Amino acid sequence: MKKLPINMRTATLLVVLLPLLLAFGYVVTNSGPLAPTPVTVMTVEKQSITPALFGIGTVEARYRYRVGPTMTGRLLSLNRDVGDQVIAGEILGEMDPIDMDNRVAANKAAIKRATASITAAEAHVNDLAARTEYSGAQAKRYQQLTIERNASTEAAEAKNQEYRVAKAGLAVAIATLSVAQQELEMLQAEHEGLLQQRSNLRLVAPVEGVVTSRHIEPGSTAMAGQTILEIIDPKSIWINVRFNQLQSNGLIKGLPATIVLRSRSNQPASGTVARIELLADPVTEEMLAKVVFEQLPEPFPPIGELTEVTVLLPQLDVAPVVPNASIKQLDGQSGVWRVEGDRLQFTPIETGTSDLDGRVQITKGLEVGDQVVVYSKQALTARSRITIVDSLVGSGS
Amino acid sequence: MISLAARDVLHTWGKFVFTGVGLGLLIGVTLTMAGVYRGMVDDAKVLLNNSGADMWVVQKNTLGPYAEPSSIHDDLYRSILSMPGVARAANVTYLTMQVQQGERDVRAMVVGIIPDGPGEPGYLLAGRQITRSHYEAVADIATGFEMGQTIRIRRHNYTVVGLTRRMVSSGGDPMVFIPLRDAQEAQFLKDNDAIINERSRTAANPAFNRPEVLDAIISSQSSNPFVNAILVQIKPGFTAEKVAEPIRRWQKLQVYTRDQMEEILVAKLIATSSKQIGMFLVILAIVSAAIVAFIIYTLTMGKIREIAVLKLIGTRNRTIAGMIMQQAVGLGLIGFVVGKVSATIWAPMFPKYVLLEPGDALRGFIAIVIICILASLLAIRAALNVDPAEAIGG
Repeated sequence: MKKLPINMRTATLLVVLLPLLLAFGYVVTNSGPLAPTPVTVMTVEKQSITPALFGIGTVEARYRYRVGPTMTGRLLSLNRDVGDQVIAGEILGEMDPIDMDNRVAANKAAIKRATASITAAEAHVNDLAARTEYSGAQAKRYQQLTIERNASTEAAEAKNQEYRVAKAGLAVAIATLSVAQQELEMLQAEHEGLLQQRSNLRLVAPVEGVVTSRHIEPGSTAMAGQTILEIIDPKSIWINVRFNQLQSNGLIKGLPATIVLRSRSNQPASGTVARIELLADPVTEEMLAKVVFEQLPEPFPPIGELTEVTVLLPQLDVAPVVPNASIKQLDGQSGVWRVEGDRLQFTPIETGTSDLDGRVQITKGLEVGDQVVVYSKQALTARSRITIVDSLVGSGS
Repeated sequence: MISLAARDVLHTWGKFVFTGVGLGLLIGVTLTMAGVYRGMVDDAKVLLNNSGADMWVVQKNTLGPYAEPSSIHDDLYRSILSMPGVARAANVTYLTMQVQQGERDVRAMVVGIIPDGPGEPGYLLAGRQITRSHYEAVADIATGFEMGQTIRIRRHNYTVVGLTRRMVSSGGDPMVFIPLRDAQEAQFLKDNDAIINERSRTAANPAFNRPEVLDAIISSQSSNPFVNAILVQIKPGFTAEKVAEPIRRWQKLQVYTRDQMEEILVAKLIATSSKQIGMFLVILAIVSAAIVAFIIYTLTMGKIREIAVLKLIGTRNRTIAGMIMQQAVGLGLIGFVVGKVSATIWAPMFPKYVLLEPGDALRGFIAIVIICILASLLAIRAALNVDPAEAIGG
């Protein structure tokens, strides 16, 4: 075989072909199955984490007072509107009394009549008492006269008869007086009742608070029990928070919380867990809790506004911690990819508590100082070749 | 032997190399088209892998959740969990929609997942998995979102807390993972105008518009206790079919195992579009082969005078044939290298995934060599038939 002359032409050809071959070699080893997977690793350290719970809530008032009529009727007037402050006992409005006032007037007249009839009955009693007295005296006198034989027995018996009739008449008159008195009492009691019914038509504020809604306008008919005005006490505003049951471990009364109102997302307010509801929501799989504001924001948030609540749990003791991005599932087991030299080994782990920043305590399976894979450019297997990089983002995809 | 071919190449190396590069670019296009086809199929498969599920429980008589809409109650997973062989089961929702980020919006598949359950992305590039049960998102890097950015899905704002890669829908749209409860709401939630209209419509219906009844009806109208599918992971020692059968029989739901789901996705969902690409790939491959053959043939024919001279000075036919074939194969090799390099360089620039499989490259390589040999045989035949007198003729 003759040696190829190394002249300009050969050199140029090599200059063209060599980079091509180099590029090909690079392409073959750095893409496809032969290429190593870029990963980032971290060393397991002992850290203390502060777990927290995150829930969504709505602003609610602890006590809502729904003021409405006890009897169906038409609303006559309503003095207060939404946003108005009311004080306890204040008259907010009135139902149409219809004939109630006339009935009171009729009742009053009946009382007057009863009073008059008592007077008449008393006079009648007096009259009959006088007659009885007189006829009694007459009867006594005629009896005496009969004994002295100055009058006939017949006349004496007639006087005696007159006397007994007068006595019976008196008894009737006394009974009539008593009836009239009873009737007056009854009418008076009825009067009281009517007045109370009349006052029941007024809508009265049960507490001091703010009117939050007005459902019916004057002139409309309201059913018995229907709400006309709703009043809340702003001091009783709290937040009804829903926590996913999966992430509500450790929720107890008295824990501090951060409340972020949707309308004021840059002004977090502090609060406290006031109550854990004993009844969870089985449909949405959520736990319910109530969180009160430490200090009610000014102006107070509208009822029903969405809030984000973060409840801070007590800080935990130090333990090995890994980010949740490093925890993988393999064959039904949770574990991490541990880096041993340039090989990967899947290490099953048991996890403890985690915080909202994604740091997870490891109770079993990892030691401090172990190197574990955090981020990887694709799913890893035990046979994956890896190349360790600082960051996977920003270095091209 | 080599010297003759190499000397000839050296003589006209510019022509030779540039022809090779031209061929290479054509081969690169063919390889890329194969990659587009593979990428399409891979998008479908990666969707299944990323879901982390061994089985999909969906609405009866549907091919859900990817190929057809499926809707099942969100408390059904509890009864699935109690079936023998089920290790983990979690609700999941899928909804392809525009996700807003600042001024721009990105087409993405919004996936509602249970934090820490099956369905959450298997690996991250940065950040962390979702920990809060609301308003956090993990996005595929192809969406262009960055860590800490606020994105808008329907009426809620979500913070991007993690980035992942190659999490795409079967259509190649990047995925955005958000907590299930939010996704259910996003899937169902109408815009505020529609809600208000619906409320007044309900209120206008005398059957509903009674005190206290109206509120109850409106609140029942605006909740969504449905999900698209339940992702099921099975316990070791059980086969998917063994776990699926009782669920089909007793729960009256449709269950797909991974093989069945792959069949649905590849054979049904992307069938037409992949056939379209496949057809184009076949034509491109045939055209490329023809062009390679013609180029080699004309290249040899261009040297016919030199070959005639060789014959005139008594070169053996074998030597001439060897020279032509070596040149043809050399051309093919340069073409393949250029094609592979160029395809690898431009593949990531495609908006959808282009999967360059080594197997495809190998098949392409073999095909190129065979085509080159066949084409050179034609050229050799022409060269050997040449009359040596042509060398001195006009």
